[in-house]
Amino acid sequence: METPVLRIDHLTVRYGKTCDYCRNGGELHKNTCPRCKTVWACNDMNVKLYEGEILGIVGESGSGKSTLMKSLFFDFDVTEGSGFLRDFGGGEADIFAQSLQQKKYIKNHLMGMVYQNPMLGLRMDYSSAGNIAEKLIAAGQRSFSGMNERVEELLDAVEILQSRKKEPPKNFSGGMQQRVQISKALANNPAILLLDEVTTGLDLSVQAKVLELIREIRQRFHISIMLVSHDLAVIRMLADRTIVMLDGKIIEQGLTDQILDDPQQPYTQQLVHSLL
Amino acid sequence: MEKILEIQGLSKDFFLHEQKREIKSCRDISFALDKGGFIGIVGTSGAGKSTVLRCIYRTYLATTGSVIYDSLSYGKLDLVTASERQIIHLRKAEMGYVSQFLSILPRTTARQHVINGALDAGFSYEEASQKAEEMLRYFKLHENLWDIYPNTFSGGEKLRLNLAHAMVKAPRLLLLDEPTASLDNHTKRLVKELLAKLKSEGTSMIGIFHDLEFMEGLCDKVYNISQGTFC
Repeated sequence: METPVLRIDHLTVRYGKTCDYCRNGGELHKNTCPRCKTVWACNDMNVKLYEGEILGIVGESGSGKSTLMKSLFFDFDVTEGSGFLRDFGGGEADIFAQSLQQKKYIKNHLMGMVYQNPMLGLRMDYSSAGNIAEKLIAAGQRSFSGMNERVEELLDAVEILQSRKKEPPKNFSGGMQQRVQISKALANNPAILLLDEVTTGLDLSVQAKVLELIREIRQRFHISIMLVSHDLAVIRMLADRTIVMLDGKIIEQGLTDQILDDPQQPYTQQLVHSLL
Repeated sequence: MEKILEIQGLSKDFFLHEQKREIKSCRDISFALDKGGFIGIVGTSGAGKSTVLRCIYRTYLATTGSVIYDSLSYGKLDLVTASERQIIHLRKAEMGYVSQFLSILPRTTARQHVINGALDAGFSYEEASQKAEEMLRYFKLHENLWDIYPNTFSGGEKLRLNLAHAMVKAPRLLLLDEPTASLDNHTKRLVKELLAKLKSEGTSMIGIFHDLEFMEGLCDKVYNISQGTFC
């Protein structure tokens, strides 16, 4: 039986105090308890991510996609549930129950995150090289020449000219900022890359570059990727398997072509039939 | 004769939630494919031909029935109930699906598209590049076209690129979904020659064709599907 690189069991992220009604499975209005108004942003989610695969995550705005990604990167606190990484603690240590220091270790060594908004992932006033070096320093790298070499290698991989490495990302276009974010996320060769709407808002030619880059990264580094996207064409092109989320819950998952060509759930059918 | 694929009682219904309607596609389909054999499926449009193929490839979830595939990786397994990871592996290593439509990442050249297929199957980049060139040559795609983006290719060129992409993995089972629709006679003849060559080399195939003449001498058996059932 294949061991997933990441396994999430019963992940729940809630905002609010909860009441007997919603705690005992009472029906929610979308993701909100009609009695105590507690928001169940992620509700009892089980996810497995395997080595070298791209797992697509689709769903309407507010369905909990970004909450899931940000919880995995420890930006949000998880209310309930556990997560296990194959390469951490022998695959048996719950990552959400770790100390702050261990969580930092996981963020710096085992995972990389690319946010929809580059402002969240980059320091806009630092140089691009400095942004990447920050991640290398956090992982214990101290040699300037070693860092410089790695920064150059990473910028080459995302096709950013070496002559611009000293410029801060605020001078860059949206697509370039995303590529700097990707190179920063890849700095320490993580086993898992979390990509949250990385192509949203980019023009088509830049989007094509980023898609090509994602495909290349998977092939070259054999990395596992979780890819949140609104764009079903992007999901069809890249994802091996796809999860469909609605109101904080996973309502359907399967092979990407099966989800898109033979959707089973009413919401998924609506989503697929809304395609232009 | 040893069977590579045995399909028993395969049916597929689609339930459309918004319209609250059930559409019955193929019904109680049973047949078996010999190793190295070629089965042709014919039938009118909407009869359920593609549904059968897509249920085998697991693009569609079969409602009832079984599709037993004799795989190299897992032995005999039912493709209807196999895990998604098993299906992904089989698609990369053992099964190919070819249609008349080209699905390709933007900014990917014809050569790179075929290389990607080989990389998926686990070859190193050097091996993949070499195999890609062999395949592009085998399927007679002109060398001038190798390093350009295929959006501007003609129907026949796109189809041959699809075949090269599918065959670079040397799949044991090849599913052909109306690959010759919209091709001119000359290109059809070329595709027929190439398929005959693949067959002689041992690839097992199931193909949907509209053209009875095309299948002559190529298919061992031809099934006619009408209103979802074999007739």
